[in-house]
Amino acid sequence: MAIQIRERIRTEKKTAALAACEVSKAFRPSRVVPVGGMTVRAVDAVSLSVWRGEIYGLLGANGSGKSTLIRLFSTLLTPEAGTVSIFGLDIGRDELAVKRLINRVSVEASFFKKLSAMENLVYAGRLCGVPPEESRAKVTSILRRLGIEDARMKEPLDKLSRGMQQKVAIARAFLTTPMLLLLDEPTTGLDIRSKREVQTFVRDLRDEHDATILLTTHDLDEAARLADRIGILHQGRLVAEGTPAELAARHGGTLEDVFMTLTGRRIEEGDEAGGPAE
Amino acid sequence: MIADVGAQLGLAYAFVEREVALSKRYWAWEIVWLVYGIVTSLSVAYIGLAAPAITGGSENTAAVSRLVLYLLIGTITWRFLGLIFEQMAETIAWERWEGTIEYTFMAPVPRITHLLGMCGATLVRALAFSVAILAAVALFVPVDLSHANALAAGVLLLVGAVAFVGLAIASAVFPLLWTEKGLQMAYIVQAVVLLVSGVYYPTTILPGWMQILSFISPATYVIRGMRDALLDGADLVAVWPNLWPALLVGAISIPLGMRVFLWAERHAKRTGRLKRSG
Repeated sequence: MAIQIRERIRTEKKTAALAACEVSKAFRPSRVVPVGGMTVRAVDAVSLSVWRGEIYGLLGANGSGKSTLIRLFSTLLTPEAGTVSIFGLDIGRDELAVKRLINRVSVEASFFKKLSAMENLVYAGRLCGVPPEESRAKVTSILRRLGIEDARMKEPLDKLSRGMQQKVAIARAFLTTPMLLLLDEPTTGLDIRSKREVQTFVRDLRDEHDATILLTTHDLDEAARLADRIGILHQGRLVAEGTPAELAARHGGTLEDVFMTLTGRRIEEGDEAGGPAE
Repeated sequence: MIADVGAQLGLAYAFVEREVALSKRYWAWEIVWLVYGIVTSLSVAYIGLAAPAITGGSENTAAVSRLVLYLLIGTITWRFLGLIFEQMAETIAWERWEGTIEYTFMAPVPRITHLLGMCGATLVRALAFSVAILAAVALFVPVDLSHANALAAGVLLLVGAVAFVGLAIASAVFPLLWTEKGLQMAYIVQAVVLLVSGVYYPTTILPGWMQILSFISPATYVIRGMRDALLDGADLVAVWPNLWPALLVGAISIPLGMRVFLWAERHAKRTGRLKRSG
């Protein structure tokens, strides 16, 4: 079934890899335990399309709704209004089929800390239907390519640096070959060298595995370097969209100038109306 | 159909393999729980041995031996069922602590397969612990199993495990809905079940309202049946009055527990609680 869906997607070139239409999400304080707080509208009527093979960069300050949007696309949140489809499959109705097509790398690598990179990746492979013997050979080859020595592959993950852990997270995406990869600030907190390496792997993943990539970042340089198109998110709303050149032509100056013009603030400044998922 | 069942079993086995690997990495904690289990069971056995000295009653060796076995059956069966309950109830809290909860819930695995895999891992661990505890206790306290009907006891244990799984799955919902206090709520449920299930005494001594609770606890029937089988050598026909209610509770509680869990997952996705931090 999963193979059939993938084959259909490969032959149907016109379907958007990701199509969001008027998607909204708000977080309300608990009605059962009144602990105060107010309703936060994290995502407000966002519509966007990401085309197959594209790297789409979603730019926004902290609290702008980037992570909420990624969590909505990852099936971890349900939208309050609007629809989301992945390669034509509705994320609510066809949830399991959608899960077979996507993978997510978040700002913090999600791994069992005491298990080794090899154990974590073989487990991830099993969940995606990759037999362990096939996974082991693939994992060794991918991790070597990412510069992780054989001896370190068997060390517990919490003994590896954050940069290395993030490479293992990228390796997981290589192993399970998702059709749509959701990258939620994958380079935040990494040193320059690790950042560049991860960016190279992201490009490789797109080029070698025909993956479509949605990348959230508040690194303007990273967005300009990687993204074919950029969307700017501000207080839960998509305020602009286009190629870096189109945005610069439309609003003038650098990507930073574009961001300032559209949001009235620098990207390092957080938005006050950010959702709790940020 | 058979291939599909095989694929689901393969997916479920991923969770068993993961739990075994985690047990190896957290071996020191496993030793702690094993020693704790042995010491508490042994303490209960010594209470039985000391009964004549405490009450000033007769020192009839056969009666004391029966009391010791009565208490040991209760404590070790409870240890077995309690381990199933705890590990299942901690499924969500543990993954949240590890930071893997989002990845697990994004994995292309039906929730039922996920939970059944966790049940499999839990059963293996609970069985290994219970056998080790019984063997260790037998080194210190004379355990007379000459009248025991092993087949009836084994069937009861198996049915009891199945019956307890439904309750445990339903209790795993608490940490899903209440990220900070949910696990404590699950432990309260476990404590109440311990009180009303006749682990150390016949349920007939309980106040009327507690006896109503004991009526719906699967542990009541399992422990009562285990005593009949191990103390008096009751066969499958003789333990049937305790077997069928446990089967009935299992037949109701597993689908009910699954439904409750699926409802809670949908609720968590609506309210944004399906995330690593609280």
